[in-house]
Amino acid sequence: MKTILVIGNGMVGYKFCEKFVAKAEASNYKLIVFGEEPRPAYDRVHLSEYFADQNAERLSMAPRSWYEENGIELITNERVTDIHRKNKTITTISDAEYAYDYLILATGSSAFVPPIPKIEKEGIFVYRTIEDLDATLAYAAKLKAQGGNKKAAILGGGLLGLEAGKAILDMDLSASVVEFAPRLMPRQLDGDASKVLQGKLEDLGIEILLNKGTQKILGDTAISGMDFGNGDILEVDMLLVSAGIRPRDELAKTCGLEVGTRGGILVTNDMKTSDENIFAIGECALLNQMIYGLVAPGYDMAGVAVAQIIGEEASMPTEIDMSTKLKLSGIDVASFGDALNEKKEGESIVYENKFQGVYKKIVVSKDGKSLLGGILVGDASDYSMLHQIFLNGLAIPENPEDLILGSRGGEGASFGSVLDLPDEAVVCSCESVTKGAICCKVEEGVDTLKGLAAATKVTTGCGGCKPMVQDLLDETLKAAGKIVKQNICEHFDYSRQELFDIITMKGIKSYDEMLDKHGKGNGCEICKPALASLFASIYNETANKQEVIQDSNDRFLANIQRNGTYSVVPRVAGGEITPKQLIVIGQIAEKYDLYTKITGGQRIDMFGARLDELPKIWKDLIDEGFESGHAYGKSLRTVKSCVGSTWCRYGMDESVSFAIEVENRYKGIRSPHKFKGGVSGCIRECAEARCKDFGMIAVEGGWNLYVGGNGGANPRHAELLAEKIDNATVVKYVDRFLMFYIKTALPLQRTAAWLEKLDGGIEYLKNVVINDSLGICEDLDKEMATLVDTYKCEWKEAIENIEIQNRYSHFVNSEEIDSNLNFVPLREQKMPELWEA
Amino acid sequence: MSALLEKYFTTNVDEVKVWFKAAPIDKFPENGGACVKYKEKQIAIFNFTREGKWYACQNLCPHKMEMVLSRGMIGDDCGTPKVACPLHKKTFSLESGENLNGELDAIAVYPVKVEEGFVYLGFSE
Ligand SMILES: Cc1cc2nc3c(=O)[nH]c(=O)nc-3n(C[C@H](O)[C@H](O)[C@H](O)COP(=O)(O)OP(=O)(O)OC[C@H]3O[C@@H](n4cnc5c(N)ncnc54)[C@H](O)[C@@H]3O)c2cc1C
Ligand code: SF4
Ligand code: FES
Repeated sequence: MKTILVIGNGMVGYKFCEKFVAKAEASNYKLIVFGEEPRPAYDRVHLSEYFADQNAERLSMAPRSWYEENGIELITNERVTDIHRKNKTITTISDAEYAYDYLILATGSSAFVPPIPKIEKEGIFVYRTIEDLDATLAYAAKLKAQGGNKKAAILGGGLLGLEAGKAILDMDLSASVVEFAPRLMPRQLDGDASKVLQGKLEDLGIEILLNKGTQKILGDTAISGMDFGNGDILEVDMLLVSAGIRPRDELAKTCGLEVGTRGGILVTNDMKTSDENIFAIGECALLNQMIYGLVAPGYDMAGVAVAQIIGEEASMPTEIDMSTKLKLSGIDVASFGDALNEKKEGESIVYENKFQGVYKKIVVSKDGKSLLGGILVGDASDYSMLHQIFLNGLAIPENPEDLILGSRGGEGASFGSVLDLPDEAVVCSCESVTKGAICCKVEEGVDTLKGLAAATKVTTGCGGCKPMVQDLLDETLKAAGKIVKQNICEHFDYSRQELFDIITMKGIKSYDEMLDKHGKGNGCEICKPALASLFASIYNETANKQEVIQDSNDRFLANIQRNGTYSVVPRVAGGEITPKQLIVIGQIAEKYDLYTKITGGQRIDMFGARLDELPKIWKDLIDEGFESGHAYGKSLRTVKSCVGSTWCRYGMDESVSFAIEVENRYKGIRSPHKFKGGVSGCIRECAEARCKDFGMIAVEGGWNLYVGGNGGANPRHAELLAEKIDNATVVKYVDRFLMFYIKTALPLQRTAAWLEKLDGGIEYLKNVVINDSLGICEDLDKEMATLVDTYKCEWKEAIENIEIQNRYSHFVNSEEIDSNLNFVPLREQKMPELWEA
Repeated sequence: MSALLEKYFTTNVDEVKVWFKAAPIDKFPENGGACVKYKEKQIAIFNFTREGKWYACQNLCPHKMEMVLSRGMIGDDCGTPKVACPLHKKTFSLESGENLNGELDAIAVYPVKVEEGFVYLGFSE
């Protein structure tokens, strides 16, 4: 039995243990690990998360029991003080002595504190261990207890400093980042990228001070300011130093191992130090005259050391990837390869959009054939793919700018498919998992992201590889001819369309019955409203029936607003409203002190109704002849119309009359998502019918019918389904189109997205709806007729039923109203108090 | 705003000093929730009929500080009972209060018992 001593139980020291015990030969060795910190190794990369919850447990790499189970002796809180190479022993701070056959130095690094006069004052901290964070938090709390606006500075505008800046901000202190260089993240970014990033950080509220060399720290016992010389002074109450790292090579030095002139334990690419029984790995090791301050290379070093000890071939590659992505929520920054073109081997292509705060740059080899590096600020969504192209030397498009601009015109995406990556491509660099390993697991039958994480550890590190792993999973399944199942959620292994069929074929009547017979668990906020919508589409039951599975708005038949109050929208079919109705709406809005606004759908929205007021308001409206406008439902909103031939001198047909007819036909019908219609009296298109899910435009000889349009975030014009048809034919086709959509779309998929995904597109749809290519038109017609015939105003139903009305109270044990509601004046009306930040 | 939050902290059964008689069970829809007022607090109570259990938590959603959780849908996340806020669908464990789909602070949860047709809430003060 040989003994391996590991000095340092940090991320890399831990990874050494993990990789070692995974080997069959491990049983021939005894592993003893010394850690100077009080707790077992934890995830330093995500250290900033500790500021949020002070939960050290959550950061732990493995609990103590893991070490026991694997026969590893872990001695924490015990610094190793000496190495005696001659007799192959070490001694610890408590004077214990241990003998070794192999020694692993995984002592990491410590924060570098520049020798600024008075840097030892109170209130100055580094950012490396949980204890550092505890001390920082305690001091911040002390400052805050003193009251007033307290200010902290961060010395160093690198990756870590920016993370620290955000952490300071989250502690409710104001934060200034002080950087000596003329730009942020000087090792990863160029000046222009830095400027864009600076803008983003300033938007967050972090002050950025560049070109500042700190001459002196000011203050009596505690820091009160920083002096940059020439009278330039920054007043601060606390300082976080994050000015780089220094490898911890003190043990190596004293026992005579070779170290670099600027620190670091000298190793060759087999991770051996100048003593062949001693290895150095992680941030203490100096390889290629470099300290690699990232975990991924550290993990690789651990793997190499393990292999060397048990006699396997392994060494570090000559090129080590130093690509990085900033982990600041809401700020995308990534850089990879020779981002600064320091080697001068390439030319760069830059895209900058100051409006959106986006900066992208790639460095391309002079022959235009390969990607050498790049920087992404503001939008790093393409990072994974670009990074893979760089790492694997994949071919790049003929016009390299397509990589950052996307291909404009022409066919296809600029990247190709993830499946084109070579099998050796490392997709998860934290855990060194290759594309081949992932696809192999998928082929073996692992078909979820969670399953892949369990099987290969992908995504369990920094998590940056998640989107790419998901793509690989989907693409591999697809390539294997397996349909990527669009299960709606963990409770049902079915797509929406399959659920639709099950309900109709088996005659399922309630959500619970469906869950008991065809699902598992207790449901969630995804499957409940999805099924509620199906029950409504199939049986035309109102949202009052199964109220607890309805989405927020349907549950109380009103649109929930920012402060938990609701808005009320009565139907105004086709946008036609009488003066009397206008007056009534005005009176009711005044009575309940509601904010009123004309909606985009040509009707009137009244905001600010309390839950308990909803039935009263609706009683008043219904007494006056109004009915529900279903503004809250995934259902028909409005059919917008222009005034048409009844008044307009250009009108070709009566757009208003037709809009009213169609709106009344489809009102109340529940669908995968909301849908809207429009009718214009001539091609001038004043009703914007082509921005709607279905739209009619009067032309010489009838109506042109368009489907699948929408406004919103991704505007899309509706496509022509049929030309010059009469009113009855329009209705017939719209019936079929809507019913077909309702039966086959995904949950929350608008008709536009549905049509885009429909194989064969509009031509296919024409065939189904007009030529009955699937032979389903008779069914579609019947199903739609049932829905139209069984319409009920659900608000009328609600105010006639005392049980339903009882749902509308804020408290079930008190008549009081929610005292948390606060309104502020807005022009002549009111609005809810603004949310904080 | 944080003053609102400070009113709520998770109470364990063994810390309960007061069992507050909140409302008869039929005030709470099956597999749904309703809100109860206790002194200055608003508590959401859920009748988790599918499991024959009752849960209670603060009505205040820590995301935007609105009194809305009782109006949320309930269900489970891999076996953990949860409620989804009606405003932006942040979900919280009804057992631990933990935010299951984000990084928000945990919400406070309270013990519930049912006796003779009434729902009782446990408070430590
Ligand atoms: C806030 C922060 C954010 C970071 N973010 C990223 C990131 O996004 N991506 C990335 O790749 N990297 C990041 N890093 C760097 C990453 O954490 C390090 O590369 C990694 O932790 C190095 O691991 P290590 O085991 O070599 O050193 P360490 O994790 O420092 O472990 C060394 C351990 O050895 C102990 N030790 C030292 N001397 C002795 C002795 N004589 N006796 C006993 N024990 C001893 C130390 O106390 C320490 O616990 C970040 C670091 C910090 C601090
Ligand atoms: S679309 Fe034609 S008919 Fe309608 S209002 Fe405009 S011009 Fe008149
Ligand atoms: S307020 Fe609850 S999720 Fe936003």
